[in-house]
Amino acid sequence: MPEGITFRFEVDGSDFTSAGQASVQVKKNLRQLGIDPDIIRRVSIAMYEGEINMVIHANGGEASVTVTEEAVEIVLIDHGPGIKDLSLAMQEGFSTAPDNVRSLGFGAGMGLPNMKRYTDEMTVDSTVGVGTTVRMKVKL
Amino acid sequence: MTVDGLLELGFTAAALPDGKRQLEGVYIGDLLSWVMGRASADYAWITIMSNINIIAVATLADTACIILAEGVTLPKDIIDTANSKGVNILGSELPAYEIACLLYESLKK
Repeated sequence: MPEGITFRFEVDGSDFTSAGQASVQVKKNLRQLGIDPDIIRRVSIAMYEGEINMVIHANGGEASVTVTEEAVEIVLIDHGPGIKDLSLAMQEGFSTAPDNVRSLGFGAGMGLPNMKRYTDEMTVDSTVGVGTTVRMKVKL
Repeated sequence: MTVDGLLELGFTAAALPDGKRQLEGVYIGDLLSWVMGRASADYAWITIMSNINIIAVATLADTACIILAEGVTLPKDIIDTANSKGVNILGSELPAYEIACLLYESLKK
């Protein structure tokens, strides 16, 4: 598969109860492709964190996952408020999530750090007032 | 030890769609990202969180089961979701520390 296989998802920004649907679906799809379980775990956790971020901060967005022979690549695009200070956002424990989100067990300031921890490459392009694009790669 | 085996230790089953799963360790936590970052696959995850997102976290982190401490219970729709997603959920009146002590003794054997 030289071009790879791509799965695309809309992330619904209004609903915490459905957050994670795309990640769980990706997990299933990767399992069907026979990908190593540890790789699947890393990809699906990184993607879930990204999904939750889009629900908390950006009213949803788009996610795509491409599987090639070398890697699994995840691209998350939102048109939310953007990230003012990326180095601060990358620090474990830093969060701007509101209290109602924290009461659900989110907002620990671990989202972006976990995404970095579980992937081999991650880039974040964010412009305040325009949106954020996160690209992550897990090598096979 | 399997998740099924926990019933003999006095845990109650809220959802047990995959009771044959092997338990390899224990993680305690209520912050979901923290749990996803630190809990290993095949661990029992002890928590007092009871919202629907625990099902996704258990699925993605691939924990062997969720154990709800301190008598926390779940609404039926969450239990139904757990059953349909293959996520084991047990309950106990004990606090997290005492549950972990019980599991420690059992996992040692």
